Amino acid sequence: MGLTHHSVGIRAIDSGLTIHKQFKNDRVIALAGNPNVGKSTIFNGLTGLKQHTGNWPGKTVASAEGYYATAKNRYVLVDIPGTYSLMAHSAEEEVARNFLCFGQPDAVIVVCDATCLERHLNLVLQTLEICSNVVVCVNLMDEAARKHIRIDLKAISQRLGVPVVSTVARKKRDLSALMEQVDQLIEKNPSSPLTVHYPPEIEAAIAVIQPHLPNSCADPKRRRWLSLKLLDRDPSLLSEIAGCYGDDFLENADLKAAIEDAEAGLLAAGFPPEKREDAIVSSLTKEAERICAGAVTFQIEKVSAADHRVDRILTSRVAGYPLMLLLLAVIFWITIVGANYPSSLLSQGLFFVEDRLTELFIYLHAPDWLHGALVLGVYRVLAWVVSVMLPPMAIFFPLFTLLEDSGYLPRIAYNLDRPFQRCCACGKQALTMCMGFGCNAAGIVGCRIIDSPRERLLAILTNNFVPCNGRFPTLIALLTMFFIGTAGGALSSLYSALLLTAVILFGILTTLGATWLLSKTVLRGVPSSFTLELPPYRRPQIGKVIWRSLCDRTVFVLGRAAAVAAPAGLILWLIANITVGGNTLLNHGAEFLDPFARLMGLDGVILIGFILGFPANEIVLPIILMAYMAQGSLAELPDLMMMKTLLTDHGWTVHTAINVMLFSLLHWPCSTALITVKKETGSLKWTALAAVLPTAIGVLICMLTTFLFGLFTP
Amino acid sequence: MTPPRTLDQLSPGEEGQIEALLCTGSMRRRLLDIGLTENTRVTCLHRAPGGDPSAYLIRGAVIAIRAIDGKDILLKETRVWD
Repeated sequence: MGLTHHSVGIRAIDSGLTIHKQFKNDRVIALAGNPNVGKSTIFNGLTGLKQHTGNWPGKTVASAEGYYATAKNRYVLVDIPGTYSLMAHSAEEEVARNFLCFGQPDAVIVVCDATCLERHLNLVLQTLEICSNVVVCVNLMDEAARKHIRIDLKAISQRLGVPVVSTVARKKRDLSALMEQVDQLIEKNPSSPLTVHYPPEIEAAIAVIQPHLPNSCADPKRRRWLSLKLLDRDPSLLSEIAGCYGDDFLENADLKAAIEDAEAGLLAAGFPPEKREDAIVSSLTKEAERICAGAVTFQIEKVSAADHRVDRILTSRVAGYPLMLLLLAVIFWITIVGANYPSSLLSQGLFFVEDRLTELFIYLHAPDWLHGALVLGVYRVLAWVVSVMLPPMAIFFPLFTLLEDSGYLPRIAYNLDRPFQRCCACGKQALTMCMGFGCNAAGIVGCRIIDSPRERLLAILTNNFVPCNGRFPTLIALLTMFFIGTAGGALSSLYSALLLTAVILFGILTTLGATWLLSKTVLRGVPSSFTLELPPYRRPQIGKVIWRSLCDRTVFVLGRAAAVAAPAGLILWLIANITVGGNTLLNHGAEFLDPFARLMGLDGVILIGFILGFPANEIVLPIILMAYMAQGSLAELPDLMMMKTLLTDHGWTVHTAINVMLFSLLHWPCSTALITVKKETGSLKWTALAAVLPTAIGVLICMLTTFLFGLFTP
Repeated sequence: MTPPRTLDQLSPGEEGQIEALLCTGSMRRRLLDIGLTENTRVTCLHRAPGGDPSAYLIRGAVIAIRAIDGKDILLKETRVWD
């Protein structure tokens, strides 16, 4: 298996982008910027959309679009992924560059971080090489003020030759000022942006190529830039150029000869490609230094110093790992304690409704099968999913989002880089795992932040070992039933939080093990180089976060679960009630799977639960319970302790519970996650591996534990 | 003559000034992107629990770099004592 870009599906990322204008004369505005400068916050503020934001680089991995109207114009805003540069080293940079170059935006807003403007000017200068209609938006002015950084915006604007607007992205007023500036720019087109000059050897090469570019590319700025870029012979860029200007653009013999000439000239002058790029970047950096000289003044960074002190504790040799686990345990504890009460309240409420529904059906003289299918099938499973899943989700999501907003997640990646490096992977994989806590599909998409295709694939294939929100409640319910009992007070919830942390720790260790295994076999390679930005800590916007994660994430995930649970409930009711040869289909299936399931310390029904739960993991436990009930032992829907009685009646022991938890952690990803793997890798082979790998590990581990339990039980 | 100092040899709290980058390819571009050009001042802030990577203050941003990559980043012979 060769590790080409093609085989790992880097090309699978949609580098093209279709803009959906509401009206024909809508103007297209691209929102560009380095990672983590608050681009998405500005985008949300302007469009009223709810792109997810978070305090870490790489949050936006795909483009999004939204609408905004000023008094004069209507705009389509395109939020493109954050990049440090447009030289296209990674998939996101390619998306950004392609859109800026060939998406023909009417204007580009480049968002910069006021606290390190000089570095961010690198991207501004590169954007100015492609587009003239640029507004520089210096964001995070409040943070800069706290750090006693003063910026002379007028001077910067004069030196760059384009408008510069300062913003605090959370303030609406700043944003409308920004868009007014865009209005002016589009109407009068007054700017005369600065041109960065390169060393004479490179300028000479540009001068050789430029006259030979076909006239279909008329803009002089664009011609200069293309001349420079054609020297790189970047295949992705070449295909974009062909797509934009036609295939014959590059087939021009004159142009080909000119490129050869320029190349020869550069080599003769001692500028091989490597040195060329260095010279180009140095020129950009020097230009940025010149622009900021005298216009940006620093004072001693007291606030940063506080950040650094916090970091020294959170990432220290002694406390780094324990604090991480402690934080996780605390989040679990709050989730478990908080979910207990609303969960039982919800289930009481929902089953009250079920009784009323039953009465309604009786009143209407509805046939038994209809009542069975709709109420006992569809509604019951739905009610289960809602009452068992909703409370932990509604608590866990906001807590985790708060952590994300604060800027702690990159520290996790920083802390865990060493272990991942040992497994020939990189610490950013830890970031994708954190996203996997919410939803594995999101985690898999998030793997785009990893530059090396090999390491990205490692992260995609192992993301499933982190239990997503659909599996948490199953784990919590089983832990509570079999290890703690629902009666105990604060101590028992503490105990279950610690056990859950241990389960997650086991998942993390499995991830490391599987990553190691993969990088010693099918994905062989050495760890690639790695840089990771640790953003400053920010106080999360608590109210907003809670509201957002409740409304968006929780409702979304729950909606998905419910959408799957309803038909699953129907199917379950059908196979539990349609009989063939005197036995229900469910029993046939369960009996068929039983011998194999027994080897894993499970039973046929449990395995059927996992199989039917393929569309969404949320419904695995409800399906198992419903299946047991359909076999006719318990008519009433129980609370957690009665649920346990139902399970033990069907032969469950502590060992069964452990194995179900293990198999829940280690089995095939849900259908959404697998579809995402297919999309991200563009390969059926890797998708299959993503399903087979965790399943094989799960089956083996469950068999191993069953064997071990067998040794210790007489 | 002592071998030239490299970035990974900076202890937390120490400051250095970039002399040259010895790495090539994508790592070189990354480092250039984050503004690690000649004469840039770099302060080592702290190390991760496993002893690697280390966090450096570079042009106002905190960037983690692994020791193995830091070996390819040459520092100027600065006078640490003043």
